[in-house]
Amino acid sequence: MEDDAPVIYGLEFQARALSAQTAETDAIRFLVGTQSLKFDNQIHIIDFDDENNIINKNVLLHQAGEIWHIGASPADKAVLTTCYNKTCDSRVVSCAAVWRMPSDWETGSHESPDDTAHNPQTLELLCHLNDSAHGNAACVLWEPMGDGKRVISLADNHALLWDLQESSTQAVVSNTATLEGKGQLKFTSGKWSPHHNCSQLATANDTAIRGWDLRTMSQIYCIENAHGQLVRDLDFNPNRQYYLASCGDDCKVKFWDVRNIQEPVKSLEEHSHWVWSVRYNHSHDQLVLTASSDSRLILSNMVSISSEPFGHLVDDEELSEGEDNHQDDKGKEPLKDSVVSTYEEHEDSVYAAEWSSADPWLFASLSYDGRLVINRVPRALKYRILL
Amino acid sequence: MTCHRIGHTPGNSNDLSPLGMDGEADETVAVGDDCVPGRRRRVHGMLKLYYGLNEEGKAAEESESLDPCDINGPHFDPELYLNKLRRECSLAELMDQETCMVKQIRSLDSDMQTLVYENYNKFISATDTIRKMKNDFKKMEDEMDCLSANMAAITEFSASISGTLQDQHTQITKLSGVHTLLRKLQFLFELPARLNKCLELQAYAQAVSSHRRARCVLQQYSHLPSFKGIQDDCHAIMDKLAQELRQKFRDGGSSAKDLSECVELLLQLDEPAEELCDKFLSHARSRLESDLQGLEAEIRPYPSAAKDASARRGCNEFVSSLCLVITSYQELFINHAQTGELLHAFVDNLAARYFSLVERRIQEEKSVGDNSLLVRALDRFHRRLQAVAKLLPGSAVPNKGTEIVIRAATERVKQYLSALQSFYMDSLTDVRQALATPRLSVAGRDAPNSLPELLSSLSASILNQIKSVLASVHLFTAKDITFSNKPYFKGEFCSQGVRESLVVSFIKFVCQSSRHFCESAGDKGGSTPPALLLLLSRLCLDYETSTISYILTLTDEQFLDQHHSPVTPVTTLCAEAKEAAQKLLNHYVKVQGLIISQMLRKSVETRDWVNTIEPRNVRAVMKRVVEDTTSIDVQVGLLYEEGVRKAHSSDSSKRTFSVYSSSRQQARYAASYTPSAPMDTNLLSNIHKLFSERIDIFSSVEFNKVSVMTGIIKISLKTFLECVRLRTFGRYGLQQIQVDCHYLQMYLWRFVSDENLVHFLLDEIVGSSAHRCLDPAPMEQSVIEVICERG
Repeated sequence: MEDDAPVIYGLEFQARALSAQTAETDAIRFLVGTQSLKFDNQIHIIDFDDENNIINKNVLLHQAGEIWHIGASPADKAVLTTCYNKTCDSRVVSCAAVWRMPSDWETGSHESPDDTAHNPQTLELLCHLNDSAHGNAACVLWEPMGDGKRVISLADNHALLWDLQESSTQAVVSNTATLEGKGQLKFTSGKWSPHHNCSQLATANDTAIRGWDLRTMSQIYCIENAHGQLVRDLDFNPNRQYYLASCGDDCKVKFWDVRNIQEPVKSLEEHSHWVWSVRYNHSHDQLVLTASSDSRLILSNMVSISSEPFGHLVDDEELSEGEDNHQDDKGKEPLKDSVVSTYEEHEDSVYAAEWSSADPWLFASLSYDGRLVINRVPRALKYRILL
Repeated sequence: MTCHRIGHTPGNSNDLSPLGMDGEADETVAVGDDCVPGRRRRVHGMLKLYYGLNEEGKAAEESESLDPCDINGPHFDPELYLNKLRRECSLAELMDQETCMVKQIRSLDSDMQTLVYENYNKFISATDTIRKMKNDFKKMEDEMDCLSANMAAITEFSASISGTLQDQHTQITKLSGVHTLLRKLQFLFELPARLNKCLELQAYAQAVSSHRRARCVLQQYSHLPSFKGIQDDCHAIMDKLAQELRQKFRDGGSSAKDLSECVELLLQLDEPAEELCDKFLSHARSRLESDLQGLEAEIRPYPSAAKDASARRGCNEFVSSLCLVITSYQELFINHAQTGELLHAFVDNLAARYFSLVERRIQEEKSVGDNSLLVRALDRFHRRLQAVAKLLPGSAVPNKGTEIVIRAATERVKQYLSALQSFYMDSLTDVRQALATPRLSVAGRDAPNSLPELLSSLSASILNQIKSVLASVHLFTAKDITFSNKPYFKGEFCSQGVRESLVVSFIKFVCQSSRHFCESAGDKGGSTPPALLLLLSRLCLDYETSTISYILTLTDEQFLDQHHSPVTPVTTLCAEAKEAAQKLLNHYVKVQGLIISQMLRKSVETRDWVNTIEPRNVRAVMKRVVEDTTSIDVQVGLLYEEGVRKAHSSDSSKRTFSVYSSSRQQARYAASYTPSAPMDTNLLSNIHKLFSERIDIFSSVEFNKVSVMTGIIKISLKTFLECVRLRTFGRYGLQQIQVDCHYLQMYLWRFVSDENLVHFLLDEIVGSSAHRCLDPAPMEQSVIEVICERG
């Protein structure tokens, strides 16, 4: 069975920031933030029409500065956070803010799609997440599956836990954690664990991965030298609470059991350059997506460390009835960790990849030259996982 | 006597007389005219015949010539002689001859008369003598008659005497019989005393033999009270003796020989054999066990003592006494059927303990210094056990012994393997130190020079070590070692033991450890010096190309006469080595690339690019990058060949770049930053990318210098690019990047296989920094060139 061809969407600007619209569970929708020093930056809302393989876009202006990170509220479709750079007094500073999309962005786009490029609507600022005492923001994390009231921002060597109040128009720092140590320590990225009642946070700085308990804001574990080089990204296994994936400049993707941090459970080295992003599929945690500056996106099937290590128990009878011979052969092979597919649609470094929040078999990737590619998990694999 | 003389006389005269010619040729002589000498001659001939002298005479005559003119010759022809004389001689001479002849005839005649006279006298005396003898014989006859009469009388007398003596003779015979019986009886009566005496003197053997001699008699006559008494006494004494023997036997302090003697005696005393067997064996056991304990005690305090000595002693003492026990046992109990099993059980039991000791001893033998000692010890051990095998066919002992030898050999091979491995690791440590030391002293310049030497010395020393190990192991299969012709040592030991688990394992270990360097070092931040990686990669590559096949051929020559079992083929090992070499080289590229990357990254990250000053110089870090790249180039060049480059344009110097840079780069800035056309921003670069091949940054490299350098430079520049993209630049920041990139372009193109690659990446860097620039005002190309040339 032929897999659907990837759908490509080009942005006019360079872009690094990509997020699925987490609160949206019906439509396949991604948010992309652009990076331009010269022009007003935009947030592209990409709607993917699965039936017709068509992309619809809406553009919202983000005039505050170039977007380095974007995060969608898990509770309110219209609310999102960005980390952005702005230049003032010939200094570049990174800030973070909570925004609301204008309520009528959707209707507007439908009426006059051509207009949007010329006269886009602007994001409505809800509040800044800035604390002048705590340096440059690297990213903002929403509380997973929360009510959209709590975010964490990582700024230099601080992790700030904010409470959003009054419909998110006010942000108050409720707790902070500070990374102490020699030299100029800086968080590069982080992830809020969906497990343990959302009381844990994992952060990356330089080559180390640290876990934090948000109740006490204290460090609970630290994987020194998790990667040979800088750690670029982290993700929690949505189904196995102690499992964590990380990626970095040593071209590797590593899977950790945080109860035993001496050695990674598994280590992949498929990319030929730095790996910038690693994402577990939200439903089927054997599917792992990695994006790298070798311009490739790789989908791996990590069966051995997934929550379904043996796959679905499929008996031969069922298999021989269903599908064609080709599938039959595949089904009988023992499931092994493998690269499912390598996607080469990008021409430049791919800095971000995300699974759709609505369709678990669909994901988007964004390369620096502004190309967004939407791909699906190969059907053969999909059916093998499902059946 | 006289006859003889008669015969002789004419013979003697032969020479003188021309007519006295004699011999068998009577007819010839008879031709002569004179008949008297003819008759005489015949008589003479008959006499001679009678006395058997003809042989002699013939011999004398044969020398005579056949000349008919020889007057003394047998074939003398008077006619011829006369004719001859008449023809040859003058008258005077004839006259002389005639007188001479007459004279001779006369003398001959007189001689003949004398002879006849003499002989006549002798005949007369002979006749007298015969007559006298006749008389004498008559007298003798009478005397003989008288003698025979006397003899008859004597016979008569003798017969009568023997008749009278007959009675007395039988009496004497009887008496002598009685005497013997009495002596025997005396022996019997004395027996108890004698036995006692023997007992006192501990001459048990004599006692037993005495008793045996008497036993039947006593038994036979036991119904007679006196004999009964003796028998009882004897029994008592013999019981005592047996008791004593048993006591002695039980004490066990005596030697094996004594013991077997005891047993022999006891057996003769009709002791039950089984019991004796048991006892005998238990004694033997206790003695052997004490031997074993001695051995054990010896092993314990000196675990490092020479294997040879202790094994030899162990073998000598234990096995020989075991053999002695077996032989004596078999001699003693040869007639007892079921005792064989007992012996087997006994031997097996003891041998098992002995073996466990030997095995422990062998296990303690950890030092791999001199294998010949161990092999000799094992050989001796094995040989001794063969002796046991001969004595006791069907025993499991020799097989177990062989098993032990086999185990020891396998263990040994394992030890050699680990020794080789540790040797290899030690050599690597040495190399590491060698790499580190000069670097400290002479700031990295001299160190790479020694790389090829280090490589060759490393590989040579490893090869030597392998060879010496092979030689040591080869001892196991030497011709003069008894166990070398066991099927195991001929087949499995060679193929599985030596080839697979020693040589192949070692090669695999080398590859493995090399791979290990790649893996561990990556995580721990490059603890392995890059030069070592390079060196190892070359080593593995050399292994792949030649060394492995050499080593295996060497091994096969020494150990494999025929291929029995499947062995790891050379190609597999070569593939493994190649893979290791590839991994090492890739890792080397990665490490070196990361070192340079790190410099570039720090230089980009730590600078405030927005507020930088106008560039006046190439940044020091760029110079450092070029310097390091050059030194890496030198280092790689020492071990790897140049490799192929893509054809350069004839002068791919800075001039080419400057044209390229100024024209295209300018065009790009112009296109990118006209506010009216934001869409064009990526167009050019995208089109460019469409037509250029995708660059894999951390990709596999080939085994040559250019490929390695390309890899390193790719990694460095890509890092540079990614770091630049994360920063924001001011005008001068961009210009500084331009200057830096131009400088890199000037120096780096020569290292890579395809200079377009450098162009492309540097282009991307400048392009990206232009994108990330708040105020993109590129610097004049000529100014850049001036700055770069100034250094």
